[in-house]
Amino acid sequence: MAFLSAVSHKSDESEKKRSFLPYLLLLPGLVWLFFFFLMPILTLVSTSTKTPGLGIGEFDQTYRFANYWDAIVNSRGQFFRSFEYASIATIMALIIAYPLAYAIAFRSGRWKNVLLVLVVAPFFTSFILRTIAWKQILGGQGIGFKFLTWLHIISPQSHLTASAFAVVAGLTYNFLPFMTLPLYSSLERIDPRTMEASGDLYANAFTTFRKVTLPLSMPGVVAGTLLTFIPAAGDYVNAEILGNPQTKMIGNVINARYLQIVDYPTAAALSFTLMVAILIMVTLYIRKSGTEELV
Amino acid sequence: MVDASTSAHGDIKLSNLTKAFSDFTAVDDLTLTIPEGSFFALLGPSGCGKTTTLRMIAGLEEPTAGSIFIGNTDITHMRPYKRPVNTVFQNYALFPHLSIFENVAFGLRRRGIKDVKEQVDKVLDLVELPHLAQRKPLQLSGGQQQRIAVARAIVNRPALLLLDEPLGALDLKLRRQMQIELKWIQTEIGLTFVHVTHDQEEAMTMADTIAVMNEGRIEQMGSPADLYDNPKTAFVANFLGQSNLIKGSIESNGSESLVVNLFGQKVAVPRARSSARDSSILVGIRPEKLRISPETSSASGNVLTGGIIEDVSYIGVSTQYQVLMPWGQELMVFEQNDDGVPPLDKGDRITLSWEPVFTFGLDGSEDANAGSELHKDEEE
Amino acid sequence: MRKARRWFSRNLIRIYAVMGFTYLFIPVLYTFAFSFNNSSKSNLVWRGFTFNNWKNPCGAPDVCNALGNSIKIGLIATAIATVLGTMIAFALGRYAFKGRSLVNLLIFLPMATPELVLGASLLTMFLNFGFNPGFVTIVIAHVMFCISFVVVTVKARIASLDPRLEQAAMDLYADERETFRRITFPLLAPGIAGAALLAFSLSFDDFIITNFNSGNVNTFPKFVYISAERGLPAQANVIGSAMFFIALIVVLLGQVVQRRRKVS
Repeated sequence: MAFLSAVSHKSDESEKKRSFLPYLLLLPGLVWLFFFFLMPILTLVSTSTKTPGLGIGEFDQTYRFANYWDAIVNSRGQFFRSFEYASIATIMALIIAYPLAYAIAFRSGRWKNVLLVLVVAPFFTSFILRTIAWKQILGGQGIGFKFLTWLHIISPQSHLTASAFAVVAGLTYNFLPFMTLPLYSSLERIDPRTMEASGDLYANAFTTFRKVTLPLSMPGVVAGTLLTFIPAAGDYVNAEILGNPQTKMIGNVINARYLQIVDYPTAAALSFTLMVAILIMVTLYIRKSGTEELV
Repeated sequence: MVDASTSAHGDIKLSNLTKAFSDFTAVDDLTLTIPEGSFFALLGPSGCGKTTTLRMIAGLEEPTAGSIFIGNTDITHMRPYKRPVNTVFQNYALFPHLSIFENVAFGLRRRGIKDVKEQVDKVLDLVELPHLAQRKPLQLSGGQQQRIAVARAIVNRPALLLLDEPLGALDLKLRRQMQIELKWIQTEIGLTFVHVTHDQEEAMTMADTIAVMNEGRIEQMGSPADLYDNPKTAFVANFLGQSNLIKGSIESNGSESLVVNLFGQKVAVPRARSSARDSSILVGIRPEKLRISPETSSASGNVLTGGIIEDVSYIGVSTQYQVLMPWGQELMVFEQNDDGVPPLDKGDRITLSWEPVFTFGLDGSEDANAGSELHKDEEE
Repeated sequence: MRKARRWFSRNLIRIYAVMGFTYLFIPVLYTFAFSFNNSSKSNLVWRGFTFNNWKNPCGAPDVCNALGNSIKIGLIATAIATVLGTMIAFALGRYAFKGRSLVNLLIFLPMATPELVLGASLLTMFLNFGFNPGFVTIVIAHVMFCISFVVVTVKARIASLDPRLEQAAMDLYADERETFRRITFPLLAPGIAGAALLAFSLSFDDFIITNFNSGNVNTFPKFVYISAERGLPAQANVIGSAMFFIALIVVLLGQVVQRRRKVS
């Protein structure tokens, strides 16, 4: 009965104009992604099996797949640490961001847009600058550290920075907006009446959340956790600024191999392994959570 | 813009119009003529193809086969913006970023008309909302948006105005009021209106001619009274109001009327009102045409005895009875509460009777329930 | 006491949100406060209040050059990525074509790849082809990772656009071009602007990919990262804070304009 009822909707799908126009629209962007995303990944793969040549920074293609074995064995600790830190940071970010997104979506009234802007605004201070700020705040000289010792929450001998705790906290902090925004947009789409209906049907606040709100916001949870986990697993800046030699992540290894040791094959092998590992995890995760239509 | 948008006028002719999607046929070989200046309603349940038909006339859907003419102009494959056809969309589709004035002026501006302001003001007067010209659509109530949607379409003086469930989003009272208003506007400006709806009451109030659609085909077409009093199919009988349809067999075939055996009782059906093809027949009678009386009293006309009242609903102006007949079928009876006699009670044994002229006969192969469940779904 | 507890439980979510925002803004506030620090070299310890850093934001060597580069790169990359991404979003949102899922995958992959891998692979390719990293390679890299975000943002907007509005325009004598110009584009403009803003903020804040592909060219995050080892000049705090406020003002003005357009 609607102009776009189920019946005519089908027609919209099957009858979207068929012409060369969509390809024309796609062409420039896809060409860009082909040359500057796919090609580099292929180059990366080909570099990963090379061995050092005569000069520094020169490598010959010898199809040495053992590069992968060597690289993974030598850096397995950092690999596991990366995924461990990234997982903890993702869960922490979810715990912090969910009520935040919920409050913005349902309890902010006319301040909604302002609060949304405030979530993104710290980007412009630069995340490096903010990470350094954390280091200074929580460092031995910092006001945060002094405040906490004055409150006797920590002893003056302890240190907060240069620790695994600081790295995970930094990761959590830095990717919080990436968690909050998708959560917000999926929460915002929920009709508040569904929650009222749940309350009407004898569910208490907690049950309503567990049975209605949370399932309906799952697309946001999935998108948010991905947008947090992926960059966190590949990050090295937080470990660099807030960590110590025992908290190095795989990103630190790859970065050093590339830019300091100039060992491109190992760096490439590690990068590709990281990419594949993350893609496998992401695919399994998306399958399991049943929200395939993400993009 | 060279086009038919101003020149073409005349009757609308759909010939063999078909729309097939990959998995089903929405409109199946539809042929019909809509006279110029008439108020025409396409009535049917959702999925019956009425909206697809409308979209094909508007140019928003490409027909699989067949043709659409306005007068002598073939518009079958014309782009929507070249057609002298305007649409009042369901939920109105007012442009949220433009003022009411600019919404109404939109079509005039696209056609390069000179005296935009004058025409817009005139049509806003017609819908009695001139004071809202500078507002944005979101600031208007549902009823106001509805009128602006009508104004935005009729300001272009199209040869044909399409209305797609235009009143569906309004509450009952407002809907009744808008029905009268739309009818008035149509008479005032004399355009051809094609109105798509699933609301039979709405179609009957407004339209001169109703086409009842089902599964992509027209079941029956005619004036509201014609369709109601003399339905030709069980679907029409059930979708347009309610009907009691009783299976029977024709015993004798007189020149004026047929004698039909209904589970052992004999009734007369006017020959002209029967569309039975052989001796098998469905005898139809509207609930308000039935008279109900205690078993003991005498009755005239067509008479069915042996009923027991199963349920009584008192609705003020009338009382509705549900009567169980000896052969196990339930019949509906509406009695006007105008005779001062108190309603009968549940469990009473009664006799039903009616004037034979009100009887209609459907072909016995029809499904007696066709269209009845759909109807209830749609009413919500 | 009971009253206080009731108030607390009713406003729990709000209290929590305030705490969340506080967490989000502590380093921003700290950065802002220390932009007034009368520091000579390292900006670690409070040495007294001064406006000097704000009066002389380019006082530290190379800081304004780096900022200028970041803004230039951000603007160019945003412009290109917004145009290309919007085109892709239109193709995906409005047309049926073969290879659709392949395109979706190609859009999704860059978002599912860590920045480090994106940056490293791009550098590997540039080096393989003997292409020296610099300004151009940064722009190339930024456009690459911004496209996907633009596509996703604009596509969502297109999906939520009622197709009846465009049909109504066509019904009212607007041809395809007029319909796009008067209806589709104005209605999508806020979404496209949002996507552009996202692209700019991603580009402006990017460090990892930039660090791989920048050669000798400095950007603001890179400047901060490098100079942090020697001690960050207070000018970095000035610029970080100023950018924060400018972004806030720009976005809030945009919101006001949009609200005006919607109502009255």
